Amino acid sequence: MTPRRLRWVRRISQGLFLLVFSWLVLKTTFGVDLALDRSGEISLPYPVSLFLELDPLVAIATLLSSWTLYRGLLWSLVILLPTIFFGRFFCGWICPLGTINHLISELPARRGRRAGGRKGETNRYHPYQRFKYLVLLFVLAAAAMGSLQAGLLDPLCLLARSLGTVVLPTLHTAAAGLLDGVKSLGWPPLGNAAQWIYDQVAVVLLPFRRAHFHGILLLGLVFVAVLALNRLFSRFWCRGICPLGALLGLFSRFSFLGLEKDASTCTHCNRCLRACQGGDDPVPGVPWRKTECHLCLNCTAECPEGSVRFRLGPVLGDAAGAPPVPAMDVGRRAALVAVGAGLATVPLLRTGDTFSVNPDPDRIRPPGALPEEEFLARCVRCGQCMRVCPNNALHPAALEAGFEGLWTPVVIPRIGYCEPTCTLCGEVCPTGALAPLTILQKIGGAETPPSRIGTAFVDRGRCLPWAMDRPCIVCEEWCPTSPKAVHLEEVTVTDREGREVAVMRPRVDPGLCTGCGACEHACPVTDRRAIRVTAVGESRSWENQILPDRSGAPERAS
Amino acid sequence: MERRRFLVQGGKATALAAATGGVAWAFHDRIPSRNRTIHVKKIDFEVPGDPLLPGLALARNPDDPVQALRGALDAMGGIRRFVQPGERVTIKPNVGWDRTPEQAANTNPHLVGEMVRLCLAAGASQVIVTDHTCNDPRRTFLRSGIREAVEAAGGTILLPQEEDYVDVAIGGEVLGVWPVLRQAIYTDRFINMPITKHHRLSGCTVGMKNHYGILGGRRGALHQKIDLSIVELARFVRPTLTVVDNTRVLLRSGPQGGSLDDVERRDAVIVATDPVAADARACEFLGLSPEQVGHIAAAHAAKLGTLYYPEAGFAEVP
Repeated sequence: MTPRRLRWVRRISQGLFLLVFSWLVLKTTFGVDLALDRSGEISLPYPVSLFLELDPLVAIATLLSSWTLYRGLLWSLVILLPTIFFGRFFCGWICPLGTINHLISELPARRGRRAGGRKGETNRYHPYQRFKYLVLLFVLAAAAMGSLQAGLLDPLCLLARSLGTVVLPTLHTAAAGLLDGVKSLGWPPLGNAAQWIYDQVAVVLLPFRRAHFHGILLLGLVFVAVLALNRLFSRFWCRGICPLGALLGLFSRFSFLGLEKDASTCTHCNRCLRACQGGDDPVPGVPWRKTECHLCLNCTAECPEGSVRFRLGPVLGDAAGAPPVPAMDVGRRAALVAVGAGLATVPLLRTGDTFSVNPDPDRIRPPGALPEEEFLARCVRCGQCMRVCPNNALHPAALEAGFEGLWTPVVIPRIGYCEPTCTLCGEVCPTGALAPLTILQKIGGAETPPSRIGTAFVDRGRCLPWAMDRPCIVCEEWCPTSPKAVHLEEVTVTDREGREVAVMRPRVDPGLCTGCGACEHACPVTDRRAIRVTAVGESRSWENQILPDRSGAPERAS
Repeated sequence: MERRRFLVQGGKATALAAATGGVAWAFHDRIPSRNRTIHVKKIDFEVPGDPLLPGLALARNPDDPVQALRGALDAMGGIRRFVQPGERVTIKPNVGWDRTPEQAANTNPHLVGEMVRLCLAAGASQVIVTDHTCNDPRRTFLRSGIREAVEAAGGTILLPQEEDYVDVAIGGEVLGVWPVLRQAIYTDRFINMPITKHHRLSGCTVGMKNHYGILGGRRGALHQKIDLSIVELARFVRPTLTVVDNTRVLLRSGPQGGSLDDVERRDAVIVATDPVAADARACEFLGLSPEQVGHIAAAHAAKLGTLYYPEAGFAEVP
């Protein structure tokens, strides 16, 4: 196959994998066509987190932080083992964020430093590309100390999170607003046409329920920045920041695929350089940098003289005699600083009060969440749990879980409560930060306790029957436990006109409350609810308890 | 400045100033206006009364609730009295909660499916089954078994979303302007299919309380004046039929239930044209007397029907 044909194979591969990735993110939702299985549970028909399980950085970082390789993470070998022999094919052929970066990088630049022939200069190897190795060392060192920060910058987690909580919900709001605007013009045929188009788009792109996520502006800005940096240097993120790229670079050290350069036929047209994605210096005369190459094959496809060719077998330097370049030339001192910083950051964050002695009462974790320390050792912040939650209950934490827990999932019951018979978040979690639960483990049985995420408290200063002698029982009505944790006390009070009024005042039984937040969600005091859930009583914690007979002891799914 | 240029530029500047002022004048508004509210005082889907036929009928069948429904409906004159060929029918069962049929928080799916089948057999052009659920509608319609039953019968499920509601000026004291499900307004026949359940505040939830399910918005706030809101709603919506599922009734922990200990079988179905009489008879299954139930007594007083249900013509089918 000619290099140009092979390049088309690569392009098709990129497109397909981007589609599959996006499709899996889209399918991470409670479809209106789901069915009950024989045991009455509802599960997703597709392995929606498959792509995240293929991610070697997620696998290695969680291995370092938890000393286990969870469930489907074994799939990451499918990427990692071929990388050892053939190099960073993942970056050039598979990675969906890489593909998006590739597309944006290749949009033509009319002016500026990347216009025309000048693009070749920006595509030469630059020292900034070493930074990604420092990022990698930092997140791996932090993982070794038990804190999984790799997910913040892992490309698959970053893309899944950004698509799921920022891009798709924003698209939903924009589409609904546009539809509303067209309809309000008051010409029915136009409104009907807009509705039809909206319905077609909605079937593919929009979930049933419009989601509103907490604090997504920062998340969105990071994503936009990653995309915008492509206009500074082609695939700036992939070359300079991506810790997964760095990891695959390290693993490609012994790869057999080499670029053979023939300086004698080269006319120095620099076409290879202008088309280069990895910034690995494919041009003859200087050493090729194997660990930077994405194997996109652009250089071989572009070269009019056939002076650069991929060959199996070790390539030592090139024909002109340039020496091979070390795999990771960051220098021992910089590497040690990055590792040291990673090691030191974790105790620094945990010496602060929010991790242990002063946790935020709003740090309500999803059901099945491991104890906080183990949870932070596993959560990659991919946002799959947030996207799949049918009630929009799960949100990326801003600072509810401290700086260390940025964008990890927390429940905000006011927006959505935790549905008692729903177990989807644990089902989609790729790393086991949320353990998978059965319905019985979730709601509890005759012998077994339910999975508790917190406890509800009545605010007697805001509750209608308590503070204003007005009848209301909505929290009791919504309480899903049997018997109800929210119970009512009937009292007769005298109102300001001297009339006797019978009201029922809610109280919470902490022994029955699971903290699902249905009461808080339904409370008619709309802004600050008169009944609110905090994390105390959560099954996963030994210490965060009210009752003397409850010592947490989370029962883990085996 | 040259005279010619002065005139041209001056003309352009004046045109821009006039346009700016014109836009400001056109959109000037002294009071903030609330847009897109429609005024509907009553949505009436009743059929003409027939003195020869009862106002409500009750049938029992411990083996097959569907037979009970058919028996009661036949005693009322049969489905063709209520649904004419080509009519659009909206059926509003109680699909409030993510509960199984056995837990008796939602209307029996077999009854809903049969009602769809009967309406289609009578020539209805479309039968839509919908409810504003409390728990997530996808889960609720699924676990209640109603989605499956309705789709098997050839009906259509509408899971309400934000845009399915329209603000209606109902003009009540509690229900002033309130979001109402379009499907409850723009239809030809409306069949209310509640289940009889315990409710701490209203005493029981049967047919008139089930009308809450056509409302969106802050329904929780209505509980402060629950009896009045139910009566105002009963005045607003006049269903073609009220079909009450008493095959299983929820005696405690209503309206959501959860424990099978709170459920008892009564194996009965009520079909009624008088919504107050339907509720009055059904609440007796919970051991209540209709005079004691605030909203039933209030609806009777408001002449929306009679709580002395034998007066409405009560037929009990064996």
